[in-house]
Amino acid sequence: MADEQLIETPERERVIAPGYTFGTVTDQIASVVQTRHTPGFWIASFVVGFLLLQALLLSVVLLMWKGVGVWGIRTPVMWGFAITNFVWWIGIGHAGTLISAILLLLNQSWRNSINRFAEAMTLFAVACAGLFPLLHMGRPWLFYWMLPYPNTMRVLPNFRSPLVWDVFAVSTYATVSLLFWFVGLIPDLGTLRDRARGLAGKYIYGFLAMGWRGSAKHWSIYETASLLLAGLATPLVLSVHTVVSFDFTVAIVPGWHSTFFPPYFVAGAIYSGFAMVLVLAIPLRAVYGLQGLITDRHLENSGKIMLATGLIVAYAYIMETFMAWYSGSVYEQQAFWNRMTGPYSAQYWFLISCNVVAPNLLWFKKFRTSPVLLFASSIIVLIGMWLERYMIIVSSLAQDFVPSSWALFRATRWDWATYWGTIGFFMVLFFLFVRALPMISIFEVRTLLPQAKVREEVRR
Amino acid sequence: MAEFDDPTMLVNAARAAREKGFRRLDAYTPFPIEDLTDALHLHRNKLPLIVLIGGLTGGFTGYLLQYFTTVIYYPINIAGRPLHSWPSYIIITFELTILFASISAVLGLLGLCGLPMPYHPVFNVPRFSAASRDRFFLCIESTDPLFDRQSTTKFLESLDAKEVSEVEH
Repeated sequence: MADEQLIETPERERVIAPGYTFGTVTDQIASVVQTRHTPGFWIASFVVGFLLLQALLLSVVLLMWKGVGVWGIRTPVMWGFAITNFVWWIGIGHAGTLISAILLLLNQSWRNSINRFAEAMTLFAVACAGLFPLLHMGRPWLFYWMLPYPNTMRVLPNFRSPLVWDVFAVSTYATVSLLFWFVGLIPDLGTLRDRARGLAGKYIYGFLAMGWRGSAKHWSIYETASLLLAGLATPLVLSVHTVVSFDFTVAIVPGWHSTFFPPYFVAGAIYSGFAMVLVLAIPLRAVYGLQGLITDRHLENSGKIMLATGLIVAYAYIMETFMAWYSGSVYEQQAFWNRMTGPYSAQYWFLISCNVVAPNLLWFKKFRTSPVLLFASSIIVLIGMWLERYMIIVSSLAQDFVPSSWALFRATRWDWATYWGTIGFFMVLFFLFVRALPMISIFEVRTLLPQAKVREEVRR
Repeated sequence: MAEFDDPTMLVNAARAAREKGFRRLDAYTPFPIEDLTDALHLHRNKLPLIVLIGGLTGGFTGYLLQYFTTVIYYPINIAGRPLHSWPSYIIITFELTILFASISAVLGLLGLCGLPMPYHPVFNVPRFSAASRDRFFLCIESTDPLFDRQSTTKFLESLDAKEVSEVEH
C-alpha cells in the first residue's frame, strides 16, 4: 500500500460542495437521524409503504391458506410473477454492491456519499427478492429442506441443480451484504453514540458501535478489512446474477438456453440498480437538503453508468435475436418471433422502448444534470427491466416446443398485490433505515473534504 | 493525551513522538488517515492471513460437502454419468469460499481490534467525544518505557497541541 501512494495522482476533483467542515458534515448527516422532527415526506412515504405492506401480508396469508393457485401460475407458465419479481429485485440490489465494493476498489471516491444508502437498498432488495422463491415453494415453512443437513428422510439437495446453486448464491449474498454494511456503519455508530443526548440513543448506538473509538490501530485494520471485503464482494456480486441467469440457461427452453445470459443479466442488474439508486437519492437529497453531499455530479455519474449498462443491455437484445436466427434452430427462431409478434408483443415493444430507446436521452448532458428528468428516466428503466424479466420468463414458458402445450399467462390480482406489497416492504424498511441510521457514510465523507488531506510539507 | 485541530498537526506530532522514541502510542481520529498509519508504522496486520484461511476452509467445506453427498452418502446413477461431477460443484465451492472468507474478515476485524469493548480509559477524557467528530488525539500510554508524567506532558505541549490532558484509568 505504502509504495502505491508514491504514484503521482492528479489533483482530486471536488466531489462535494465547498464550505463543509468535519463538524458540519457530521451535523448535517447525523441531524437527519438525531432529531425529534420527522419531515412530512418521510411520514407520507412511510404510510404508503406501510399500506402496501398490508397488501403483502394479506396476499401472503391468502397464499398460505389456499395455496399457490391464487397466483396466475398455470401449466406451462409455472414461474410467472414470482420469479420475475425475484430476478428484478435481486438485480436492483446489485448496484449497491457495485457502488460499495467495485467503485471502492477502483478508487472512485465520489461513491463515498452514496454507498451507505445504496448498500441498505441492496439489503432490503435482497430481502424482497428472497420472499418470492420462498412463497413460490407453496410450503414456505419447509424452506430448510433446501439446505444440506442430515435428516431422517435421507434426502439431500441436488448439487447439480442451478436452483440449489441459487440458494447458496443468494444466501451468501445476503449475508455478505449485511456484514459489509454493518462494518461500514461501525464508525458512524460511534459518532451517533457520542452525539446522542438521550439515554436510549446512547445505549442503543453505543451497543451497536461496540466501543469503537477511532484508534489509528483500529483504522489500519479497518481499512484492510474493507478492502478485503470489497475484494470478496466484487466477484460475489458478479457471480450472484450469473447464477440467477443459470436458472434459465441451464434449462433447454427456447429463449433461455443461451451462453451470454450471465453478462447480459449482470449488466441488466446494474442498469436497474442504478435506476433505483437515483429514484431514492433524488427525493431524499431534496427533502433533507443534502444537495451539497449528493451533488449533481453524483447524479450525472449514475446517469452515465445507466447509459453504459443500458447500451450493453441493448446490445444483448440485438445479439440474442441475431443468435436465435443464426442458430438455425426452429424453436429458438419461433420463440423470438413469438416475442416480437405474438401475444406478448405489446409488452416486448414497450420493453424495447423503455430499455433501448429511452436511455439514449442520457447522451445529453442537459438530461443527465436535471434531477427531474433523471428521476423520470430511472422509473422508465425500472419498468423496462421488470418487463424484460417478465418477457424472458413468461413468453418462453408460454410457447415452447409443442404448440399443443401452449397456454398464456394471466396475472391475478394477488400477483399484483404481492408485487406491490414487496415494494411497500422495501419502502418501510428503507424509510426506517433513513430515520434510524445515517444514510450517508459520515466518516467516508470526511475523507473527501480538502482539510482531510495531510499537507505536503510533513511528508518526507 | 494531546488534542489537535487538524490531521496535518497530528501526523507531525505522531512523527515527532516516534522520533523521540515513544513506542506505545495511539492516535484517535474521526476518519482513517493514510499518513498517520505510516507515521505510527501500523501497516502490517494479520487480517489477510485470517481471511485466506477462512476462504480456504470455506472452499474445502463446499467441495467436500458436495463430494461426500453426491459420491458417498447419496449416490444416484443417472444414465451412467459420473458421480464425481466436479464442474457442477464449482459454484457452491466458490460461494462458500466467499462466505467463509467474509465472515472471517469481520470476525478477524473485531478480534484484532479487541471489539466489542464497552469500556476504555480514553472515554474518561471529557473532550474525547469529539474524536468521532472533528478532533484528532495523540495518546502516549503510561506503559511506555520512556513515559514520565512531567516530561511527557511537557513534550506533548511542545507539539502545539490544543489541549493536553491526562487519561485516568
